[in-house]
Amino acid sequence: MNPITRRRLRAFRANRRAFWSLWIFLFIFLASLGAELIANDRPLLVWYDGGLYAPVQKKYPETAFGGDFETEAVYRDAYVQELIKAKGWMLWPPIRYSYKTINYDLPVPAPAPPSAENWLGTDDQGRDVLARIIYGVRLSVLFGLTLTLGSSFVGVAVGAFQGYYGGLTDLAGQRFMEIWSGMPGLFILIILASMVEPGFWWLLAVTMLFSWMSLVDVVRAEFLRGRNLEYVRAARALGLPDRIIMFRHILPNAMIATVTFLPFIVSGSITTLTSLDFLGFGLPPGSPSLGELLAQGKNNLQAPWLGLSAFAVLGAILSLLVFIGEGVRDAFDPRHNA
Amino acid sequence: MPLIPATTPSRSPVTPESGRAEALLSIRDLRVDFAVEGRSVAAVQGVSLSVLPGRTTALVGESGSGKSVTALSVLRLLPPSARVGGEIRFEGRDLAGLDEASLREVRGGRVGMIFQEPMTSLNPLHTIGRQIGEAVGLHRPGADARARTLELLDLVGIPDPASRLGAFPHQLSGGQRQRVMIAMALANEPALLIADEPTTALDVTIQSQVLGLLRDLQRRLGMAILLISHDLGVVRHMADKVHVMREGRIVEHGPREEIFAAPSHPYTRALLASAPAGRPDPLDEAAGNLVEARGVRVWFPQGKSFFGRPKSFIKAVTDADLTIRRGESLGVVGESGSGKTTLGLALLRLLPSRGEVVFDGQDLSAMRERQVRDLRRNFQIVFQDPYGSLSPRMTVGQIVAEGLDAHRLASGSDRERRIAEILEAVDLDPSAMHRYPHEFSGGQRQRISIARALILRPEFVVLDEPTSALDRTVQFQIVELLRDLRARFGLTYMFITHDLSLVRALCHRVVIMKDGRIVEQGETAAIFARPGQDYTRALLAAALE
Repeated sequence: MNPITRRRLRAFRANRRAFWSLWIFLFIFLASLGAELIANDRPLLVWYDGGLYAPVQKKYPETAFGGDFETEAVYRDAYVQELIKAKGWMLWPPIRYSYKTINYDLPVPAPAPPSAENWLGTDDQGRDVLARIIYGVRLSVLFGLTLTLGSSFVGVAVGAFQGYYGGLTDLAGQRFMEIWSGMPGLFILIILASMVEPGFWWLLAVTMLFSWMSLVDVVRAEFLRGRNLEYVRAARALGLPDRIIMFRHILPNAMIATVTFLPFIVSGSITTLTSLDFLGFGLPPGSPSLGELLAQGKNNLQAPWLGLSAFAVLGAILSLLVFIGEGVRDAFDPRHNA
Repeated sequence: MPLIPATTPSRSPVTPESGRAEALLSIRDLRVDFAVEGRSVAAVQGVSLSVLPGRTTALVGESGSGKSVTALSVLRLLPPSARVGGEIRFEGRDLAGLDEASLREVRGGRVGMIFQEPMTSLNPLHTIGRQIGEAVGLHRPGADARARTLELLDLVGIPDPASRLGAFPHQLSGGQRQRVMIAMALANEPALLIADEPTTALDVTIQSQVLGLLRDLQRRLGMAILLISHDLGVVRHMADKVHVMREGRIVEHGPREEIFAAPSHPYTRALLASAPAGRPDPLDEAAGNLVEARGVRVWFPQGKSFFGRPKSFIKAVTDADLTIRRGESLGVVGESGSGKTTLGLALLRLLPSRGEVVFDGQDLSAMRERQVRDLRRNFQIVFQDPYGSLSPRMTVGQIVAEGLDAHRLASGSDRERRIAEILEAVDLDPSAMHRYPHEFSGGQRQRISIARALILRPEFVVLDEPTSALDRTVQFQIVELLRDLRARFGLTYMFITHDLSLVRALCHRVVIMKDGRIVEQGETAAIFARPGQDYTRALLAAALE
């Protein structure tokens, strides 16, 4: 590890808020990756009649546990639970609801307020709010990260190309971007969403159409500056091909600006997805999503736990990302000495 | 308010040759430490000196000797990471004990300061009239700033000052910018002027004008000057008293005549050995031409009309013809902005140019970029700035081997061996290959640049001011190295420089450039003995006086 990287790491670590934000965010993200193990309507393990079953990984028919139907066992059913308990035991995750599990035994009409059974209450279709939040966070963060990765890749490539070659290439690229960014992205998304049934990847592709431009300008500026650096000129004098010069000599300079922007782009992407879901043009109905939960909160003002939970989670994640972003930005800033 | 009578030189009477007069500024046992990443680095270790009213005291040393830190500590302009100890008395007051408000009275009021880089010391967004007016208004609210500004511009010799008030710094030449800086420093008739390398960034002919101006102003205003410089030529012209600094300590001090006539410290003697010795090795008379350039022209278009025709051009190089014979060293001399670097870059096809460049019988100007790229191993370039020309993220080994890798000339143990060989050839330890550039000094970095160019075994090397960013003593080492390498590898040099003493020591022939044109060329000895142009004569006079 070269000394510059070491100094930056030290500077980042010295910023306690950013450092802890990063760990908390990583914890939340990694935990949400294992959402099936935390919130599920199937037990993690079943011991039945001398055999071990893992219902989370594999589907077992009810007949396997001595039931009547050939269909998959419904473990939340009291009858099935009794069957299994007679000849073994079950290990449940801490939350016995998946994002789509409907609680039919609500004492009050849905949405039900928080209780010992549903810690954050249920939504207006009787689904557990906490389970939906856990799955929703995973979906949002994964969407944000994928979108960020994809649009950074395109943005850096386009910016590098424009900045390095300059001249006509740059002129054409900049004019195209001006026109393209003038398009009302949200409305195009809405129009497209009304024509196709949007899925995760489809939404990703469409939002990427407009999000790749966020990095082009900074990268382009770095390359415009970088191509006149003396060591870049020295590399040209050595006879290095353009792509190696761009990759090895100028890109590291542009990476500072890029990496600084990344946490902010992630939080922007999450917001985009949330607002689409909120408006009802996002992920297909039934998907666990923070935006949909917010929309429910708006429609059910008598059930404040819906809106409050969604708001708290979104607020926490976006704040964590911004804190991390600030830490990264300061760590990369040579004037900001640790 | 007339300027000259305002300060009466008789305010602090000094009898010439007497050191007993009350010192205007006296520094006693100054110590400055910087906190760098938890460690403390001593920059100045116990410096004592005094400046008498109306006199010039010079602080001489190479980069890193602590001379600028000493100057900045007088006005407490050091960054917060610095810890300052010792005593600084100015006009009988201890500056260390002053609060910020009284210190501001001293800064720019009783003590003026001029910095090295006239471009970055002026705010590019404000007119010079406004900037000088600010300096006037700060210390004398209510005074007629405009009249005073005009007076000051006139004093520092800016022609037609009234029309120059509205000019922005970029519209002035380097020399004029430095004059503006001086005008700002003089705005409040300081008793002491601190001049930190006031002429280093200027061309030689401009340098002597600015120094003349400073001397003249000192005589008229009776102010004292604390001159910081690495250039003994400047010091010889200006100083009454000289202090030689090295590694944070004053190694020798005394009146100018004594220091220059009989330096006692070996370091001073090394500094004084100012011109590189020797003459270029004789040239093989039968050698053919390696590089031929005909009508090389580099014009940068400025602004375009609606139909894409450039409205005007910056004519960096216009119709340059030259030939360089195999094994010859050609000096290219001119002031900054004369197009000498552009010419070098154009010859190597690092800039788009018109005209014809023939290298070793092959017409480079007719080739495509890809074909040129394969030939690049035969002609290399060493740049001026040893700090900017090495990528900070690569180890020295990676930097030096980059050309080898690009042309697939060596791999594995052969590659290692060639890196070690070339590092040894430039007098660096082969173990340097695993370290990063920032661990090396300027001179060592320039050796790395030279190694990077020579590992490809080129025939032709363009040296673009390879020594001008280096300290004087290091310069000579690099010149010796270049001379030695030329003999060992049979190199042909194009030596771009503004330093005529280097040309005399290294180059067989010399080309003089002015405003993008070659105004004179010929054998070095002949040009030096009988310059044909006034411009050449002026250059020679300024450089070798």
